[in-house]
Amino acid sequence: MFDFTEEELNRYSRHILLQDVGVEGQEKIREGKVLVVGAGGLGAPVAMYLAAAGVGTIGIVDGDVVDLSNLQRQIIHTTPDVGRWKVESARETINAINPHVKVNLHREFLEAANALDIIKEYDFVVDGTDNFPVKFLINDACVMAGKPFSHGGILRFEGQTFTHVPGSACYRCMFNTPPPAGAVPTCSQAGVLGAIAGMLGTIQAAETLKYLTGVGELLTNKLLTFNAKTMDFRKINVKKTDKCPLCGANPTVTQLIDYEQAVCDLHK
Amino acid sequence: MAKLIVNGEAQEVQLPVTVADVIRENNVAQPEMVSVQVNEEFVDREEFATFQLNDGDEIDFLYFMGGGAFHFQK
Repeated sequence: MFDFTEEELNRYSRHILLQDVGVEGQEKIREGKVLVVGAGGLGAPVAMYLAAAGVGTIGIVDGDVVDLSNLQRQIIHTTPDVGRWKVESARETINAINPHVKVNLHREFLEAANALDIIKEYDFVVDGTDNFPVKFLINDACVMAGKPFSHGGILRFEGQTFTHVPGSACYRCMFNTPPPAGAVPTCSQAGVLGAIAGMLGTIQAAETLKYLTGVGELLTNKLLTFNAKTMDFRKINVKKTDKCPLCGANPTVTQLIDYEQAVCDLHK
Repeated sequence: MAKLIVNGEAQEVQLPVTVADVIRENNVAQPEMVSVQVNEEFVDREEFATFQLNDGDEIDFLYFMGGGAFHFQK
C-alpha cells in the first residue's frame, strides 16, 4: 500500500521507527505541501528540516538575494551564494539534502495582491519572515483561507511562536494591529543571536511535522516564548477573542492589507 | 499588600494598582510594543490606565517580535 523504495525506507528509517509516525506517518509527510514564507533566519532551518523529513512539496516565497550579513543565521545559504536569489540557493540546499522533495519557487515578496493565490495550494504555512507587515498579512490570509500556520518571531535573545488552526487564537487576537512604525525596536536595539533563529525554526519545523502526521498537541491557543539568556521557556495560554478585528464577532479587517514597512537605516 | 503574578512570577504591590502602573513598575522599555493579558483575557490598550488589578491577578506581557533583521537601506 505504501510505495516507498528501499532507499526511502532507509532514508526515513528513524521516523519509521517512531511508533507515533511509522510508515503511515511518513506517507502523510510525503503527501504534505508546506509553504515557507521567507528563506531567511527562520525559513532556513524550517525548510532544511522539512526537506530532510521528506515533506513532498515545499514552496519557498522570497524576493530577495543573499547578502553577506544573512550568513550569520541563514544556514540554508553559503558564502558562494552571496548575490544569488534566495529561492534558488534554498532549492539547491533542499535538493542536496533530499532530491525527493519537489520545490516550488515563488521569487517574490508576499503581498495583499498575491498572498491568497500563493497559499491556496498548500496544506500548512510557516511564517519565517522578519517584519510585522508580512506577519499580519500571513495571519490574515491564512485565517481568511482557513489555512493552518506556524507563527514565529525572534528578537535579540528571544523567540516566540504559536500554531494556528482554523478556530484557534490568531495573531490579531493577541496583537490587534501592527505596532506604530516609530515604535519598532530601533537599530541599536535590534539584532539577533543567530542560533536563536535555529532554536525557533526547528520548533516551527516540529510543529509542521506534528500537524502533518497528527501526532501530539500543537501550540494552538498558546504562545511559547523563550529567552536564551536564561533559557527560560514559557507557554502563555491565549484565547480566541470576540474582540479580534479579524476573527472576532464584529470583524473590521475584511480584506488583506499591505502595511507600511518600517525601515532601519544602518548609515544613520 | 497584594500579590500579583506577573509573567509567571509573584510580585507584591500596594492596591489600588492599574495595568499601566504594573507596566511602569516592571520597566517595560516600549509599552507600545506590549500586549497585556489579565487572567488570560486581553485588555484593550486604551484601558491600561484605568484597568484596576486585584489580589491574585495574573498578568502576562506579550511582546511584539519581528525577525530582528530589519531591512537596511542601501
